[in-house]
Amino acid sequence: MLAAILDHYNYWLIIFLMMIGLYIVVSRGNLIKKIVGLNIFQTSVFLLYITIGKVNYGTAPILTGQPETFSNPLPHVLILTAIVVGIATTALGLALVVRIRESYGSIEEEDISVSEQFQAESEVNKISS
Amino acid sequence: MLDMVTVVDVVLLALLSTTAVAILIMRHLFAVVALTGAFSLLSAGLLVTLDAVDVAFTEAAVGAGISTVLMLGTLALTRRRESRPPRLSPIGLLIITITGGALIYATPDMPKFGDPNAPSHQHIIPSYIKGSQDDIGIPNIVTSILASYRSFDTLGEVAVIFTAGMGVIILLGRRREDEHGYSEDGAAYPLKDKNKPKINDETST
Amino acid sequence: MRHHLVLRVISKMLIPFILLFGLYVQFHGDFGPGGGFQAGVIFAAAFILYALVFGDDQARQVIPDKALILLVPLGLILYAATGFYGLILGGNFLDYNVLLDSPKAGQHIGIFLVELGVGITVAAVMISIFRAYAGRTRAIDDEDW
Repeated sequence: MLAAILDHYNYWLIIFLMMIGLYIVVSRGNLIKKIVGLNIFQTSVFLLYITIGKVNYGTAPILTGQPETFSNPLPHVLILTAIVVGIATTALGLALVVRIRESYGSIEEEDISVSEQFQAESEVNKISS
Repeated sequence: MLDMVTVVDVVLLALLSTTAVAILIMRHLFAVVALTGAFSLLSAGLLVTLDAVDVAFTEAAVGAGISTVLMLGTLALTRRRESRPPRLSPIGLLIITITGGALIYATPDMPKFGDPNAPSHQHIIPSYIKGSQDDIGIPNIVTSILASYRSFDTLGEVAVIFTAGMGVIILLGRRREDEHGYSEDGAAYPLKDKNKPKINDETST
Repeated sequence: MRHHLVLRVISKMLIPFILLFGLYVQFHGDFGPGGGFQAGVIFAAAFILYALVFGDDQARQVIPDKALILLVPLGLILYAATGFYGLILGGNFLDYNVLLDSPKAGQHIGIFLVELGVGITVAAVMISIFRAYAGRTRAIDDEDW
């Protein structure tokens, strides 16, 4: 029973993390919180890949000259680059948040759509008058 | 087979889940950012137990280091609290129930954790391990795949980093706010203003 | 943060070691954990620490913006140039076997150059991203945090 749980424990908790990240993105209006949620989702995808690559009683994939079992190095390569790309794109997202704050004075989704609407209405008024 | 690695793995994943729930609940963004750093550090520890030392190294440097600094920089330019109290979002709950349910339904089809006969270890990996020793002569297999076998892929990744960096430079520029008078009301905290509200800025919108 | 004496002294002691560790990770990445991505980030972390403690203006004197903006594409160009050089020598794009006389030596020099390119671009991008943020804020009073 315990062995059966442990066989898939990693997958379940990683899915749990993913869903928390997704829930933060969907339910929270604060843009920084949304980016944090995306980060959690992203990290859990990384963990999923590395979990797939794990081999029981394997070691880190560095050759020492002795015959050994290695964990699968390919997911490591994919995720290694993905982490650095992830921080670069996160920085881009945060830069957009900063610009949004400068133009709208808020980083809450609802305030932004309200001021967007207000702007559109005042433009319509300008044209009609 | 309750060895040490499994125990550490179970505990770290439980801690990660707790941190994620705390991030979900917290409203003070400063605490959220600090917890994000802790989340990255914990996941780096988990990556070490999963034998991915290179990845753990990167995650610790990037996630717990640079990303926390960038988030704090953004907070300094924006604000430090969510203004809306958290409430249950029925659509969000529906989405995560369906998605999570589908994913958990699929897990029994996945290979068992640590199974050496899993399909993903059978295909090209043995030839990479052998080739890294015989053809390339570099002990770190991850480096030899990254920079030699899949270097075209890595070239693309570097191009993505380059593009994202350029995007940030274009968006935020090298303009300093005191040199160009940009409007204080739309701006970040008017930091030199002594009358500014202390933390309760959620009322100011 | 000008008056935090402990922070200033400790980071002054730490920064050379962080830079040295970055170089070690960069050039020892073939044998142990490490490589261009990690080294670039560690290198950038040292400069970010310097900028945080000693101020952005002083950090801009260490690496001027003009030099930084050249370094960002330089790494990518070095990477691509290694690939094209193999193409000129009659191999495929990014085929390191033809770079030197023996395939193994060619692989070594190819991986070295490619990782160096990755390291330069990653470090330069991380520093310039940090600068883009730091250039927008004035120094924050201590009681604000």
